[in-house]
Amino acid sequence: MQDLLALSAVEARAALDAKDISSVELTSAYIQAAEDTAGLNNYVLLAADKALDMASDADKRIAAGKTGVLEGLPIGVKDMFCTKGVTSTACSKILDGFVPVYESTVTANMWTQGGVMLGKLNCDEFAMGSANETSYAGPVVNPWDAGDGVDLVPGGSSGGSASSVAARSALLSVGTDTGGSIRQPASFCGIVGLKPTYGRCSRWGIVAFASSLDQAGPFSRDVADNALLLSAMASHDAKDSTSAETPLQDVVAAVGEGVKGMKIGIPREYRMDGMDEDVEKLWQQGQAWLKDAGAELVDISLPHTKYALPAYYIIAPAEASSNLARYDGVRYGNRIEAEALDDMYGLTRAEGFGDEVQRRIMIGTYVLSAGYYDAYYLKAQRVRRLIKNDFDDAFTSVDAILTPATPSAAFPVGRKVDDPVINYLNDVFTVPANLAGLPGMSVPAGFNQAGLPLGLQVLAKPFDEAAIYKVAKVIEDSAAISTRPQRMAGGA
Amino acid sequence: MIFRLLYLPINSKKHSDMSVDKTTVAKIARLARIHVDESRQEAIADELNGILAWIAELDEVNTDNVEPLASVTGHSLPMRDDIVTDGGYVDDVLANAPETASGFFVVPKVVE
Repeated sequence: MQDLLALSAVEARAALDAKDISSVELTSAYIQAAEDTAGLNNYVLLAADKALDMASDADKRIAAGKTGVLEGLPIGVKDMFCTKGVTSTACSKILDGFVPVYESTVTANMWTQGGVMLGKLNCDEFAMGSANETSYAGPVVNPWDAGDGVDLVPGGSSGGSASSVAARSALLSVGTDTGGSIRQPASFCGIVGLKPTYGRCSRWGIVAFASSLDQAGPFSRDVADNALLLSAMASHDAKDSTSAETPLQDVVAAVGEGVKGMKIGIPREYRMDGMDEDVEKLWQQGQAWLKDAGAELVDISLPHTKYALPAYYIIAPAEASSNLARYDGVRYGNRIEAEALDDMYGLTRAEGFGDEVQRRIMIGTYVLSAGYYDAYYLKAQRVRRLIKNDFDDAFTSVDAILTPATPSAAFPVGRKVDDPVINYLNDVFTVPANLAGLPGMSVPAGFNQAGLPLGLQVLAKPFDEAAIYKVAKVIEDSAAISTRPQRMAGGA
Repeated sequence: MIFRLLYLPINSKKHSDMSVDKTTVAKIARLARIHVDESRQEAIADELNGILAWIAELDEVNTDNVEPLASVTGHSLPMRDDIVTDGGYVDDVLANAPETASGFFVVPKVVE
């Protein structure tokens, strides 16, 4: 059993093709692992029967020699993706029991390539959060701890997606990233998470949070597996008007091409007051690794960095307040009955949405309301252009940018925070890439003094995911991490 | 372009002049169609003011002559012929509705 869980996706593909293992065996091992690690609360729905059916079909295709790039690999899916016939709730009470009659484009692409769906993974409600603590299904626990037995958050919003891959209850998983929701939990859980270029993966069939920022992406244990999953997820899709026609590069081949001659930008504005000392050290270490591997480090400036987060907390709630207007108790989801239609709306939404979602809808409604639209929303959009211009300028002289992924490592579940802004600061390093539409990855690079994982973030030009995979692979090889989380399936 | 000209004259407020009170919370809640008990309005006003005070940092940035950026794709939305290409799934559309009748969604009475 433990041997099956130890295989990477690339190794598992080879073992499946060689008939050393079957997809049913592999999938069974992951179902068992999900049950063994149920205390982490990663899965909101474990679709064991469906997974075994899909695995059995994959085995038949393998026997017939007709395999897709993900053939037979068990994959977990963030509950933000609509999956046909399988309950999809965005971890919100308002969508409790919602069973989509269609499949999201990204997940459909994965099943077409032979992927096996293990189930639906926990996340922050409507992907709004950075600790997976706003979920209607309850918090997720990070498989890593500091050795003191204190439960730590996995990050968020894709907390279950990151935690399940780290805990080996999913071989691969998919998440969504609106302000850091893939990269921040990947960093907290010590795995690889990529937010692709905006438009790279179709948004069709994904529960919408902030449509100009949302992007689906892959989680994996290592860089090579990540490229494999992205290659199956990405496609042009006429059903998403912002979907890009630019073809995906050969990202699988890019892994291992090295960084010799590449110019790596080091933005001075990412050196922030109050940043964890361990984070700063690791960032320096990352720079040294890339230099040793033949890259040239370039000091760059992204002057509007500090304004990205406040701009994001205008733009994202504004778009969310519009997107979430659809949850009205009429077409789907829960309804609280009332005599008058407006009362029905108001009660349904008060009962169905959690505190953080209500907070963001209210902020979004306020900044879009008459008299405030210009001062807040348009102002934020102007700042957004300046942030994008900063990156455009930087990328005239560098091929990729290296930054810390998060200002700290994972913190305890249930940490009391009176000021919502403190929680928002988790995404300080990740938000700029969403505003500018850039691809970004968190790759595990080391640990803080308490032994908790930390990631480095690699950013590249739009549609140059290949550059990210080259840089990330060098970091992965240089870090050569062999430590495993304490609460992993099968034991550390 | 026409839209920009319309917006410009109104844009004179500074964020520091603005703060949310109970009445504003009631108004926002009404616009957002979220029922908020009066007993919670004060606490919500405080929370929103905290966030808005932090957002006011944007006042430092000179954005004169900077065009708002709504989309990063850099291409205009694709056009297609205005013809029906898909549809006819009444049962699917209604499948998750809290209440339906004769192929329609049912809502509380809105006309006396």
